[in-house]
Amino acid sequence: MPSPTSERAHTEWMVTPVGAGPVTRRVVLGIVAILTLLFLIAPLALIFSSALSQGIGTFFNSLTEPGTQHAILLTVTTALIAVPINIVFGLAAAWTVTKFVFPGRTLLISLIELPYSISPIVAGVAYIFVYGSQGLFGPLIEAMGIKVMFALPAIVLASMFVTAPFVARELIPLMQVQGTDEEEAAVTLGASGFATFLRVTLPNVRWAVLYGAILCNARVMGEFGAVSVVSGNIRGQTTTLPLQIELLYQDYNVAGAFAAATVLTAVALLTIVIKVALERISPDHAQAAARPPGH
Amino acid sequence: MNRFIIALAAGFGILATAPAQAQTPNTLLNVSYDISRELYAEINVAFAKQWKAKTGQDVTINQSHNGSSRQARSILEGLEADVVTFNQVTDVQVLYDRGKLIPADWAKRLPNNSSPYYSLPAFLVRAGNPKGIKDWDDLVKPGVQVIFPNPKTSGNARYTYLAAYAFAKNKYGADKADDFIKKLFANVPVFDTGGRAATTTFVERGTGDVLITFEAETSSIRDLAGKDKYEVVVPPTSVLAEFPVTVVDKYADKHGTKALATAYLEFLYSPEGQDIEAKGYNRVTDKTVMAKYKDKFPEVKLYRVEDEFGGWDKLNAEHLNPGAKLDTLFGGK
Repeated sequence: MPSPTSERAHTEWMVTPVGAGPVTRRVVLGIVAILTLLFLIAPLALIFSSALSQGIGTFFNSLTEPGTQHAILLTVTTALIAVPINIVFGLAAAWTVTKFVFPGRTLLISLIELPYSISPIVAGVAYIFVYGSQGLFGPLIEAMGIKVMFALPAIVLASMFVTAPFVARELIPLMQVQGTDEEEAAVTLGASGFATFLRVTLPNVRWAVLYGAILCNARVMGEFGAVSVVSGNIRGQTTTLPLQIELLYQDYNVAGAFAAATVLTAVALLTIVIKVALERISPDHAQAAARPPGH
Repeated sequence: MNRFIIALAAGFGILATAPAQAQTPNTLLNVSYDISRELYAEINVAFAKQWKAKTGQDVTINQSHNGSSRQARSILEGLEADVVTFNQVTDVQVLYDRGKLIPADWAKRLPNNSSPYYSLPAFLVRAGNPKGIKDWDDLVKPGVQVIFPNPKTSGNARYTYLAAYAFAKNKYGADKADDFIKKLFANVPVFDTGGRAATTTFVERGTGDVLITFEAETSSIRDLAGKDKYEVVVPPTSVLAEFPVTVVDKYADKHGTKALATAYLEFLYSPEGQDIEAKGYNRVTDKTVMAKYKDKFPEVKLYRVEDEFGGWDKLNAEHLNPGAKLDTLFGGK
């Protein structure tokens, strides 16, 4: 997680004599610069230039095409549902593992971070096995007349699974650093558990929550693998923006695909801007986040 | 467990608030194979127009496209298709075998085994045909790169397997056919999951000397990219690929769309439907339409699954089921 503090640390490390003379340093910097240009900047530039290659009119027509409009709407809806739920989950999880000591705590932390290391397609397939018509709960859910798979609920569930650790992961190191002193003081002064949470814990971590939420949002909007498995790919119905991009691309509608891609890219760029701004506002959080959890 | 309970609770919470995505009786979901997008986009417009003229009702047809086996799987898991338009009998049959979503005799409900049009695996080569690819023999030569999707996930690729197998069996004898297929698979640098992805590999990424896919797709790509870039080669023999369609009774009944769904599939057999299909390089049975487009369809000897492989049941048991011949030959790809 880059942050002002860790960058400074890196710069100091680079000037300390560990056999890295000015030439080596320049070569390494040059390699990094070239790789950044090749693998980050060039594709980004290409997205925008391809999207605009057939003129600004085509670009806007592509964006207002009903399929793409619906995909944007669906993606925003998904984020509006999944992100708040994951904020609540992240807060609850971080609160549980940092303010209380109980057996299995480390295991729980690892479990929370599991979605980071699991391939999204596994998550998607797992949801099919649980909620699909031939899955574990599928027949029961269907008998109740509820539709989960291949509809909005499945898309939201898959997105939530993939992004579950985002908020918790930001909060846990910070809340560990902050310790339980302030909460203990509040409780001693007679505050209820909920009041303590609302008036002591939450204000302390508000920037971290926002930070986690922003990252979570970017990932929800961009999730492809898990959503692709559970969406059913019904055009104009269950295609989220990333799926719509693939679909347009496979329809040989390259300009349309790149136009849709600019929306996601814009979300990503905006995310970076907000992220940097938050790191400036809340140096505490940046310091804590730079430390690996459990330290 | 914590997470799971929250997820579950959230799932139900959403359902309480989200507008039900129930289908109205004038909406159909056609779940189809990967490369049929353009065809059904055109069919849908024509059908909607005809239906409006006949009944005064506006109708919306939603589309979902992917590898047909994956689509069948999704339908079994609850993707509520009113009709399926697939490229492989097995993928429709599985809807009866594993889900009882359609009756056992579904294939008898419409003419020609419920297959309104048919096609065959053909070759698309780069302009000038530099590797001189004319027949299945030419695909197993050293140094020839062949592109087709994964026969485990794509009905399209399974037909390629069958055509190659039938060719080898008839030319060299059944005992040599396995070797022929092994050599063919060895010449494939990448197996994509669906027909369209394989097309992308061949066209956009410029990988391979020959793309094998349905004749309809080879011809459309050539038209789209230009005759100066690609040539279509129809080999002397291939295998008849039926494109079975059926109403998915369970979901059509649930949505109250059975009459509309049936009319939609019958439209595929009407002169107007057949004309659109043939224009998209699919071979049809309507003689007038075929005569009109005869320049598009070179002569070819087509093996039938029934004659060459003893029917779909036998074919599945011997070749396509997990652990059968295809798995053995496909091996660790």
